[in-house]
Formats: sequence, C-alpha cells, structure tokens
Amino acid sequence: MSPPAVLAFALRSLAAVPLRTALTLLAVGIGAGAVLTLSALGEGARRYVTREFAALGTNLLVVLPGRSETAGVTPGLFLGETPRDLTLDDALALARSPHVRRVAPIVVGSARVSHGARAREATVLASTPGLVAIRRWRIARGRNLPEGDPRRGRSACLLGARLARELFGAEPALGRWVRVGDRRLRVVGVLAAQGFGLGIQTDDMVIVPVATGMALFRTESLFRIMVEARSREAVPLAREAVRAILRERHGGEEDVTVVTQDAVLGAFDRILRALTYALAGLAGISLGVAGILVMNVMLIGVAARRAEIGLLKALGAPPGLIGRLFLAEAALLGAAGGLAGLGVGWLAVLLVGRIYPAFPIAAPGWAAAAAFGVALAGATLFGLLPARRAARLDPVAALADRG
Amino acid sequence: MIRLEGVERVYRVGGEAVRALAGIDLEIGTGEYVSLMGPSGSGKSTLLHILGLLDRPTAGRYLLDGLDVTGLDENAQARLRREAIGFVFQFFHLVPRLTAQANVELPMLLAGVPPAERRRRAAEALAAVGLADRARHRPDQLSGGQRQRVAIARATVMRPRLILADEPTGNLDHAAGAEVIALLERLHREHGSTLVLVTHDPELGARATRRLRMRDGQILPEEGDGRA
Repeated sequence: MSPPAVLAFALRSLAAVPLRTALTLLAVGIGAGAVLTLSALGEGARRYVTREFAALGTNLLVVLPGRSETAGVTPGLFLGETPRDLTLDDALALARSPHVRRVAPIVVGSARVSHGARAREATVLASTPGLVAIRRWRIARGRNLPEGDPRRGRSACLLGARLARELFGAEPALGRWVRVGDRRLRVVGVLAAQGFGLGIQTDDMVIVPVATGMALFRTESLFRIMVEARSREAVPLAREAVRAILRERHGGEEDVTVVTQDAVLGAFDRILRALTYALAGLAGISLGVAGILVMNVMLIGVAARRAEIGLLKALGAPPGLIGRLFLAEAALLGAAGGLAGLGVGWLAVLLVGRIYPAFPIAAPGWAAAAAFGVALAGATLFGLLPARRAARLDPVAALADRG
Repeated sequence: MIRLEGVERVYRVGGEAVRALAGIDLEIGTGEYVSLMGPSGSGKSTLLHILGLLDRPTAGRYLLDGLDVTGLDENAQARLRREAIGFVFQFFHLVPRLTAQANVELPMLLAGVPPAERRRRAAEALAAVGLADRARHRPDQLSGGQRQRVAIARATVMRPRLILADEPTGNLDHAAGAEVIALLERLHREHGSTLVLVTHDPELGARATRRLRMRDGQILPEEGDGRA
C-alpha cells in the first residue's frame, strides 16, 4: 500500500468519528497555539527591551567608582587603601580622549523643590548639557543647560514634565525661578514627557548644572560618569582609553568599573531569550498533555475497530501495514492540530499587536517550527503504542467481534 | 491443493489444555467443493482459521499447493492471504464507514493495485453478484443478503484459489441464504476455485460434492461421494 493510500485511508477513518477527531485537534491546537503565542510574548519582551536600550544609545559607557570584579574583600582593603572617588576633573580628562565624543559627570541627590507655596521632594540630577544629549532626552520647551566651564555653578535648571506641571499648573514654567534646596534656579527648559520607558524616569526630576549640584549636596565626588564613544566601533577603544586615563590619574590603580551599554544589552538579551525558551517549554507541557489525549483517542479507536483490524488481517494486511495505518492517523491528528494551533496562535499575536501597538510582539520562526514539529512528533510518538497494539491483535479473536 | 498432516491445535484456558484439533490428516484437491459440518465446539471453525492462515497449528504440517506454510513468518502468510485466500464470514465484516464499492476495493488497496484498475475490478465484482446499482451504498443501507453478497464480491475480487466461508448463511433468512449459497457455488464453478464451507445446516452441507463431519477435534470417516 502506497504512503498516499495509507494517508487517505487514515483520513477516512478520522472523518468517520468527527467529534472525537475535532476534540483531539482542539487539544493539540491549543498546545501548539500556546507554544507560539507564549514564545511570541517572550520574543516581544526581548525586542522591547533591546529597542529601549538601543534608544539610550549603543555607544554608551558608564564609569562607576570601585571595581565590581573585586567587590567584597579587595587587596586594597588590607593595605589600607580605599578606591578613589571620581572627580569632575576625571570627567573633564576623559572628554579630551579622541575616542570620546562627550561626557556627562553625574551627581545624584534628593532635594525639596518649590515654587511659591507649591513644593515637593524631587530627585536632583546634577550634570552637564552632555547628559541630555547622551540620554537622547527631548526638551519640550526652552533649551538645554548652558554650556561653559562645568566647574562653575550656574543658576539654571531643567524640569521634568510632571514636576513642572505640579509646580506651575497651567502657567508656563519657562524663565521662572524655583528653589532647589537652598538655591534659587531659573527654569531654562522643560523636558518632554517620557511616559513609560526603560532607564531613568525624568518626569519627576530636576536637572541642575554639575557644580551647582556638588555645592548643593556638599560633595566633591561623582556618582558616575557617562561617556559616549565616537561610534559604536570605537566603544572598545574608548573603554581602554577611559581605563588608561583614570589609572594614570589615580596613581596607577585600577579602581573604577567601566560598563558598556552593549554588555548590559547582551545580558538582558540572554536573560530574555532564556525566558522565552522557558515560556515555550511551559507551553510545551500542554502539548504533552495533548499527546496523551491523542494516545487515549487512538486506543479507543483500536478497541472500537477490533473487527475491522481482524478483517484487514484476513484480507492480507501484514502487521506492519496495520501499524502504519494507525500511526498515520496519529500523525494526521498532530499535523492538523499543529497547523490549527499555528493559525490560532498567529491570530492571538495579531490581536495582541493591535491592542498594544507599542509592544513589538512577534512569533519567532523557530517557535512556529517548534510548535508544529513538537505537535507532529508528539502525536506520532504517542500513537506508537496504539499502533503496535493494533498490529499485534490476534485476528481470530478480533473477528469474533461482530463487525 | 491442501494437505494437512497430523495438525493439532491446543488452547490453554485457565491453565487447562483444550484440544480443539486432535491430529487432523486431510487432503483437498484443487477445485473441490467441501462442506465442513459438526456440532459447536467440534473444531470446524478452528480448522477453517488454520486453513486461512489466521491461526497456527500447535503441531503438524500444513502444505498449500505443495508449499509448507506452517513455519512462514507473518508477512509471508499475509501475502498468501492477500493473493490466494478469500474469506466470507457469518457477520459479513464490512467496514461500516466505506461504501460497497470501497469495501470491495479493500483487498486490492492492501495489495497495492492502482486506483483505476481497482475501481474497474470492484465494479465488475459487484456486477457479478448483482449489486452494480448498490455500489455507492454504505453497509447500513443494505439488507443482510446484500451485505453478504458485497462480502462475497470482496472475497472473490482477487480471484483467490481458495475460498473459505464460515457459516455464510448463519445470519440470513432462508431465501437470502439460498441466494448467497447459489452465488458462492456459481463463482466457485466459474473461477474454478476451491470452496470450503463451514455450516450447521445439514441441507446446505449436503449440497457440497464432498462432505466432512467433525466431532471432538477429529474428522469422522467420510461417507463416500455423490450428491444427496
């Protein structure tokens, strides 16, 4: 019997029990659809994070004081040394490297921000105009912090969108004076509302010149330095340059950590990829359950068709052919269920994409292949036992059943 | 064509050995019409199953056309059933979801006969049993006699050398039964095939050219030839 004839025979057997077949297809379809949809969600999350990070700039380096690799007990601790702080002069030295486009020294603190009777506690980010450029923040009204020698304090500030609204209501904030801690600063710009996003939330923040912030918080040391390399390709060079410059400035000691945006992105990418696989695996459990259902339905079919199997044997069907006929039914259930699942999963992905346009949900190709492949292979595998049972049926006993 | 030498078949039922066939020696020539009669449990169905290669003897030899088929593997036996043996059962054993035409095509489907030839030969076989106009009917749309005629068309469509009929009229009324027997006899004559008929009915059994009676797993001495 040729393979197409075997498939045609199996198809007719399945069509003879439409309800049983439809329910099995539903179970397999749900399993395959779940694999596709959940991995599309995971993939969407990965793309979302990747995209947000890319928006922050992929040629970004962050310099932190202290060495993260030797966190805990460092040799310096026994020698009575402590890592040196990062200073504003360190940041300015980095800006002179040919591989560096711009730097943004950062001091962070919290202060009371007030205008007239309205006041609130806000995060204060003290930096240079470079910060807004490096983080790709948009200024809705006004302009960036004034350029010039960062060592000099200036009475200017940028307000986050929500902070500006809460302090000034409907009135324009631009050009007005606010009190930040014990300083009076003029609002030169208001940042665009950011809404939901990764990274630093600017909506509730006030950004002040770095020297002003250092005076405000009475500190000489920086929280960190953000460095933008000339290009993405220059990131490794910039990283070496930063290390070399700071080593020289810190008496030959390597006491800073340089984190590249790429490294962070890579870590997130790996984590979210693993998460996607885990989701697909979880959904795969439902495919396993569907496989058991396929086996059960096939066993019922073999029991109900004993007389037919006996007849096929009497007509000269060898055991192998009988097994193939039943295995073909299981494989058809798997293939049709898998295809139905892909259709349903694809619709679900389309629907989620419509409802949340900002979320880049996408079914990865491997997930579609895996969902279909596992449905087909699983159903076939679970069909093996019923097929074997059919093949081994004793024809005399089987024919004793009334056809 | 058939030669049995000391064939025994012993079943184990609840730890006890039951001898369904107790040493059968039998020869049946090509083209013979043999009836096999006897009370229930005399072993006639078991003998028919062994002749049809659906069951294996516990001891003894079975030669079909000079070939010892006792030790053949399942695939070789299946091939012989496909090509050389046709079965007619008491309960017809038509596949309920298939039309009369498809039921008759089934042995050819298993044998890998191409679809066009399959259709032509099945139509001819149905016409030969007088059911050309019922080809598209499913078994539940046919009477008992019609079902058995479809089953006979199926059993003869491969032109087997040996036709084994197990109580083919056992489930039919007298008129339908007589029609079925007449049909079996006609095809047996036309095709020159060997016909072995198991029956309870002495009247039917008497129609055969050779009558075998069984009791307790043994064939009783024959009463000579000639029609009754």
